Amino acid sequence: MTKILFWHLEIYTFVANTQKKFVASKQIKFSDEALALAHKIMKRYPEGKQKSAILPILHIAQTEFDGWLSVPVMDYVAMLLKIQPIEVYEVASFYSMFNLKPVGKCVIEVCRTGPCWLMGAEDMVKFIEKKLGIKEGQTTPDGMFTLKTVECLASCGTAPMMQVGETYHENLTFEKCDNILDEYQKKGEQISHWRKERIKNHSDIHQ
Amino acid sequence: MGRQILINDLDKEGINTLAGYKAHGGYSSLEKALKMKPEEIVEEVKKSGIRGRGGAGFPMGMKWSFIAKPPEVPRYLVCNADESEPGTFKDRFLMEKKPHILIEGMIVASFALGANTSYIYIRGEMMYVYHILEKAIQEAYDAGFLGKNILGSGYDLDLYVHCGGGAYICGEETGLIESLEGKRGNPRIKPPFPAVVGLYGCPTVVNNVETLANVPWIVNNSGDEYAKIGIGKSTGTKLISASGHINKPGVYEIEMGIPVEEFIFSDKYCGGILNGKKLKAVVAGGSSVPILPAELILKTAKGEPRLMSYESLSDGGFQTGTMLGSGGFIVMDEDTSIVKNLWNFTRFYHHESCGQCSPCREGTGWMEKILHRFIEGHAQKKDIDLLWDIQGKIEGKTICPLGEAAAWPVAAAIRHFRPEFEEYVRKGRNMIDVKHYYRVNKLVGVTD
Repeated sequence: MTKILFWHLEIYTFVANTQKKFVASKQIKFSDEALALAHKIMKRYPEGKQKSAILPILHIAQTEFDGWLSVPVMDYVAMLLKIQPIEVYEVASFYSMFNLKPVGKCVIEVCRTGPCWLMGAEDMVKFIEKKLGIKEGQTTPDGMFTLKTVECLASCGTAPMMQVGETYHENLTFEKCDNILDEYQKKGEQISHWRKERIKNHSDIHQ
Repeated sequence: MGRQILINDLDKEGINTLAGYKAHGGYSSLEKALKMKPEEIVEEVKKSGIRGRGGAGFPMGMKWSFIAKPPEVPRYLVCNADESEPGTFKDRFLMEKKPHILIEGMIVASFALGANTSYIYIRGEMMYVYHILEKAIQEAYDAGFLGKNILGSGYDLDLYVHCGGGAYICGEETGLIESLEGKRGNPRIKPPFPAVVGLYGCPTVVNNVETLANVPWIVNNSGDEYAKIGIGKSTGTKLISASGHINKPGVYEIEMGIPVEEFIFSDKYCGGILNGKKLKAVVAGGSSVPILPAELILKTAKGEPRLMSYESLSDGGFQTGTMLGSGGFIVMDEDTSIVKNLWNFTRFYHHESCGQCSPCREGTGWMEKILHRFIEGHAQKKDIDLLWDIQGKIEGKTICPLGEAAAWPVAAAIRHFRPEFEEYVRKGRNMIDVKHYYRVNKLVGVTD
């Protein structure tokens, strides 16, 4: 019993320390552009209902902070929306697009459901696993790629497919997939669902 | 037969921009609609007999007429673009190629319902479509189709896009409303229905993308004209997302009532089965609807040819029929393992269950585990009955239809393909998983 307790304590202190380090290494604050965008989005909902903006803002937060949501980041979002932190945690843990653990710069999301599976998604996952030397859910040692399998991405007619950031890579073959991954490796930049340049230049997002 | 009203002009240049869309007759219904009374528009939609294209097939006009109109309370229209049903990709296609048809439909619908704020809830994974819509809405604002005093009519409307975070359950209308309010997407108990208590506690109508995209045509050409398209109570056209083992996967707009056989084998549509294989089974309306073996999808139990319509596909009930659902048409060839495919679907439902109701939360997990036992080769014969038992205990015992959606495919697979389950039991680990050799060939880019 005590062993289990200590074990829990250990994990707790580990997590707490990592968070402390994270907060210390980075000041948790949106860039000016992201903040302006967040306020723009919050105004879309009626007075007092700005909590509605939580999903878009979590997407932006994920882009701003290396593709994942740490507890301090979620606390910051709560502060921004004037809600309790727990309201952000429960939402972030419910939706599958939010990463609650650190991820690689480039998250590869391979669709594994129904039609994609019929057209060979399983083989495609195995191929990527072999190429990157990781298993599903893991990150490469250089921190470049994280491999995720996801449920239907509404691209069944062009199966098999994978998503990287907002880009759909469809009608994959092993060769095509190989080239795509090489290209991302070459670029080596952080890619999120809400692209960075879309935060910098959000004039097309109306108020 | 063969009329198209939604995607007939996709080849026109610039149809994805406001200028191009307008040049080909876009936004004409808006001027007409704003001169009509809102009730007249609802009446036209009722006459058209159009049914919800998201899966349930509920008459749209009825849904609109249910909306409560308490004084001084805002009303909302929400477009359900959270398309995540496996096998369905029509809405993404439509929004990507022709975003303005949705916006036009939403403006007219909002006017008819008396809503001054409307939202498009798009799933987060389709982030690039989100930005396409943002751009299109900005264009519509600039042209005076949105904002204050639209086209001088005195009607104000603000239309916003909202992106989700990746949850199938948010395609259920009350789950979607919860999610739009910034909470977990747990569906609500009904009644009260959203038409009375919806978004922020106000009367709300939630419609699918394709349903709303039909509104401009109905207003332009009258509901009676629309009712002439299609067959019987399945009026109009339907976007079908064809996928799986076929030669020409993609989105097709069909007039309701064409034979299923024509749809699968004609070169105009799916173009037959990949590599000249035989047809084994079809899931006709997205993964949630019962799977049907080849002989039952081509012909009903009575021996009549089966047609692509709500009625014909559900002919024979769940014993020998299925549903049109959301139009996700998944075709499987003779080499496909129904058991393994079912395990794949069940894993999906287990993953996507919101966890609110125990039968669904636990049941989907158990079904996945038992099916995994089959493919791993240590299932026993009684597991088939156990599976049957579990699905029966989920169906109808949950708040939202995800429970049914998870139970129906299991029931149908056992009903129609029981010998295959037995084969898995008999052969155990010696069951050879037929490798889709051509599939692998396709992946390496070799055509045979």
